[in-house]
Amino acid sequence: MKLIEDANQQALERILEGEPRLIDIVPARELIPGLRERMILHAGPPISWNRMCGPMRGAVAGAIVFEGWAQDLPTATKLAAGGEIEFHPNHHFGAVGPMTGMTTMSMPLFVVENARFGNRAYCAINEGLGKVMRFGGNDASVLKRLAWLRDVFGPTLGKAIRAAGGIDLKSIVARGLSMGDELHQRNLACSSVFLREIAPWMARTSTDNAVLAECLAFIGQNDQFFLNIAMAMGKAITDPANGIRGSTIVTAMCRNGTDFGIRVSGLGEQWFTAPVEMPEGLYFAGYSEKDANPDMGDSAIVETIGLGGFAMAAAPAVAGFVGAGAPSEAGNFTRSMGEITAAQNPEWTIAAMDFAGVPTGIDIRLVVDSGVVPVINTGIAHREPGIGQVGAGVVKAPLACFQQAIVAIAKDLGVS
Amino acid sequence: MTDQDGPQYQQLLARKVEVVNVGLEGFVKDLRDCGIDVVHVDWKPSAGGDPQMAALLAKLGV
Repeated sequence: MKLIEDANQQALERILEGEPRLIDIVPARELIPGLRERMILHAGPPISWNRMCGPMRGAVAGAIVFEGWAQDLPTATKLAAGGEIEFHPNHHFGAVGPMTGMTTMSMPLFVVENARFGNRAYCAINEGLGKVMRFGGNDASVLKRLAWLRDVFGPTLGKAIRAAGGIDLKSIVARGLSMGDELHQRNLACSSVFLREIAPWMARTSTDNAVLAECLAFIGQNDQFFLNIAMAMGKAITDPANGIRGSTIVTAMCRNGTDFGIRVSGLGEQWFTAPVEMPEGLYFAGYSEKDANPDMGDSAIVETIGLGGFAMAAAPAVAGFVGAGAPSEAGNFTRSMGEITAAQNPEWTIAAMDFAGVPTGIDIRLVVDSGVVPVINTGIAHREPGIGQVGAGVVKAPLACFQQAIVAIAKDLGVS
Repeated sequence: MTDQDGPQYQQLLARKVEVVNVGLEGFVKDLRDCGIDVVHVDWKPSAGGDPQMAALLAKLGV
């Protein structure tokens, strides 16, 4: 159908022509009009408190205390359960967030600008490993770290980013792919390259050596630091491709721990949702699948632009880490995702695939026709609030989301 | 296959057999267990065999 082919070509061009640059770190309330007191943005498609999973509720309670809307966690939970808190998806406000994806007014957000189209997207700063809010953590140590990110780290790194005139992200990703990252469960190379680029600017702009050392160590000790930057980059790249009538290219995939949701270019802001699946993977010592929460987070935006599970061939070590088979089988994931995508990204290549570009532009027609669904590399959260990450694995996008979208686009185009 | 085809097929089976298996992968193991070379083609009917969805996809250009 020519209308669809032309629309998809346009969507792909917009995705591939994106020029994402990290330009700043700014408190959320200054970036997102309408983000106010007692309002929380979360990962995934829309969801109400009564359908939220344990980690999401734990993170919500923590975020309420962090913002000072309640003095303690029980009071915060009552506030949320009593309808006193307004919930919206990050995606409705140009933002994304990993796992629970909490975004509230005082949290500092990475700002990524797509210089080709002039749009911006946001994501909170990665908190590191252990007990963290993105996995539902909400105790004093979690809130203390968030306060440090807000008061010390965010302003320090933001100043350096501005002084550097922004950081080009496409080139960091290209190098990271050649160094064993797939940008979802492995960001070690990109985090290191980022640190190499930003450290001199942090040194030039910092006035306190102790703070500087603390901030450098925070980045250096967190192998997943770059993930949140990559997520904002993904959102900045896909947003200009949304809203092209007739296009069957996916522009967002995300999950909230209860539902998986997708957006499709030709269908604009609509969500197509289905129950989210449980990741299959490996568990940390002392945990098993009985402890696991169904998948969550906006981080599948990196798969939407051809990274993560789609770029598994670049990161054979990740295949073992997420329990997806032998490193030699990593290429099968990338080849399989090639069956449901419309193009390859010539700027992001994988040496192990003879420098083929990462499979880019998920076409819902190809997904439904083949039955091959997107694979997403993911962390696994404990199902109870406040505990944190218990493993890592691979989750499949539910086919039902894509089937619903096919029916909707057919209706929109008058095809029956 | 008819009785008249018999000798032709017998002749075919008298030589070394090489099989291309399309679709259900379950047959592959049995053949390999018999020492037969098999190439498997991973194929499924469009839309998992759902005729309405397949028809819709055909109109949408798959």
